[in-house]
Amino acid sequence: MNNKSDILVGIDLTKTYGELEVVKGVSLAVREGEFVSLVGKSGCGKTTLLSILSGLEHPTHGQAFLTGKEITGASEDELALFRRENVGFIFQSFNLIPTLSAWENVALPLFPMQMSEAERRRRATELLDQMELSHRLEHLPAALSGGEKQRVAIARALINHPKIVFADEPTGNLDTATGDAIMAILNHLHRQKGMTILMVTHEPELAKTADRVLRMQDGEVLS
Amino acid sequence: MMNLFKIALRNLLRYKRRTLLTASLITVGVVFVLVFVAVSGSFKAMMIGQITDAMLGHIQIHKQGYVASIDNLPLNLNLNAKTAARIDEILGSQKNIEASSPRLKFGGLFSNFVESTNIRLNGIYPDREFKTVPLLTSRISEGRKTIAKGEILIPALLAKGMKVKVGDSVVIVATNKDGSVNGKQFVVAGIMEGVTGPGGRDGYVHIEDAAEVLRMPELEISEVAVRLKDFDRLQPAFQDIRKQLETEFRKGDKFPLEIHTWEGLSPFFNIARMLDIMTFFIKLMLVALVLISVLNVMMMAVYERIREIGTMAAIGTPPGKILLLFMMEGLSLGVLGTIIGGGVGLLLLFILNVAHITFNFGQQQGLLLQAYVNPMDFVTIAVIVILVSVVASLQPAFKASRMEPIVALRHV
Ligand SMILES: Nc1ncnc2c1ncn2[C@@H]1O[C@H](COP(=O)(O)OP(=O)(O)O)[C@@H](O)[C@H]1O
Ligand SMILES: [Mg+2]
Repeated sequence: MNNKSDILVGIDLTKTYGELEVVKGVSLAVREGEFVSLVGKSGCGKTTLLSILSGLEHPTHGQAFLTGKEITGASEDELALFRRENVGFIFQSFNLIPTLSAWENVALPLFPMQMSEAERRRRATELLDQMELSHRLEHLPAALSGGEKQRVAIARALINHPKIVFADEPTGNLDTATGDAIMAILNHLHRQKGMTILMVTHEPELAKTADRVLRMQDGEVLS
Repeated sequence: MMNLFKIALRNLLRYKRRTLLTASLITVGVVFVLVFVAVSGSFKAMMIGQITDAMLGHIQIHKQGYVASIDNLPLNLNLNAKTAARIDEILGSQKNIEASSPRLKFGGLFSNFVESTNIRLNGIYPDREFKTVPLLTSRISEGRKTIAKGEILIPALLAKGMKVKVGDSVVIVATNKDGSVNGKQFVVAGIMEGVTGPGGRDGYVHIEDAAEVLRMPELEISEVAVRLKDFDRLQPAFQDIRKQLETEFRKGDKFPLEIHTWEGLSPFFNIARMLDIMTFFIKLMLVALVLISVLNVMMMAVYERIREIGTMAAIGTPPGKILLLFMMEGLSLGVLGTIIGGGVGLLLLFILNVAHITFNFGQQQGLLLQAYVNPMDFVTIAVIVILVSVVASLQPAFKASRMEPIVALRHV
């Protein structure tokens, strides 16, 4: 299972909250450049599994490898650095920082690094250009529409040139048309730029666009 | 660093009213402390100044045991001429001494040829005495501001009670060391206001006249008053002088002299001490005020921003940076409060000074209140406030930095 082109590997991952077993012995692998979607009903453990695979949360049992490095058991500081260098996140509720402008939100992952303000801004602007948000650089999140917010969030996920992007219900808070536009961006990223994406959704329709669909039910991955 | 600071400031601006409220709490605290420190400091300085400059001097030297029985002005506890001369020499060689004045103190009978009363007198060298206690002349309310041989300065209450005016002749009678009695006639050169405290209602004559009244074969000295160049260096100067005198006069475990600063001679030292203690407690209250208000705001800030903290952690912001971010917010609050408080406080002090507020101290009337904070005090207060703000934000900031990203992200 752990062959060279697997960028993400989970082995027998289990997560329990007290009595509740939320993720039950899941093993999976994602290859470099693959777009995998994880679909399942609300509450079946998708977010929990994604958190474990992306190094946001420690599993109760099992191991997870990202870009060949074992992330289970690493310290918070190591994980923070690792996420910053390798992982991009897109959340259902955007999670932009309300006090920062669009470009500052995009540049946020850069700020623990030694880099000039001009360089940060240049890189953020470039990505926002690609998201067709050049006219929104200085706007605060409150002044942006849902679709615009999510595009800012995508730009933020990409700024550190991640090896993999984790998207948790990226269209969950958007209307269908806007959601489709976001999906188009993700598909574009995957096809044109070869980005590896693991996307969680509860809508089978959205999941279909991916290279591969994993079905999750009651904490287990079926296919 | 610059970015963290920017984010911290924006967060403070996000809740303008709350930030302003907290900052103004700190402001009120800073203003209060500044004004208190300035006014009590001014009062203290003036009080000490009055006591030391109008009567005591900064330091006094006596023969061992004199101070304990100073109320009855004993003649058998004087310094002999040789010792007095040696002390003079030593004091003369000290760089930090501005002036010194030997005094021959005695009690006697004061008569205006009609009736008589008790009087306590200081025999002095006028020029040396006026240099050592420069405010003494300001106490002379009538007559000439100096005395010559054959003249006497008498306290105002005595002058009033005995109906004596400047230019009148009076007689001083005193018992000598050997028990015989002697008298001498003086002309009243001036009448002086009393000051509060021991010795505040003494009269003054020339020291050679005093020796004559007391029929001293050679001049003896009861006390030597010393004025320092720099009053702020009282303790080190005191230690210096003491060491010098010890090397000169100590024989085995016998030291024939005693040396005191004004603190050991005047009960007002306790009032000054009390003002210091009050100032300390007021500063403590400021610390508590800043601590509680900043802690409160920062705890709220962390609670409100749990999801934000989760996001920042998720995208790889190291815990240390998150800690720093919240500390920076606390710091900024403290700095803001200090700047406004400092500004308002100094303005208030300026107004107090311009208003020419006066107060009375003992017999001294219309002393001008000079509310003044020395820069060191100002800096200390500012540093305390800012430091306490940082300390107060430590716990909330630590909590924020330790938050598990996924728990924070799931927070609703
Ligand atoms: N910290 C937690 N403590 C207890 N239960 C939790 C915790 N986090 C998630 N759960 C539970 O785990 C289950 C799976 O949650 P989640 O992974 O968010 O599901 P999904 O993303 O598929 O909707 C849910 O029943 C949820 O209530
Ligand atoms: Mg979920």
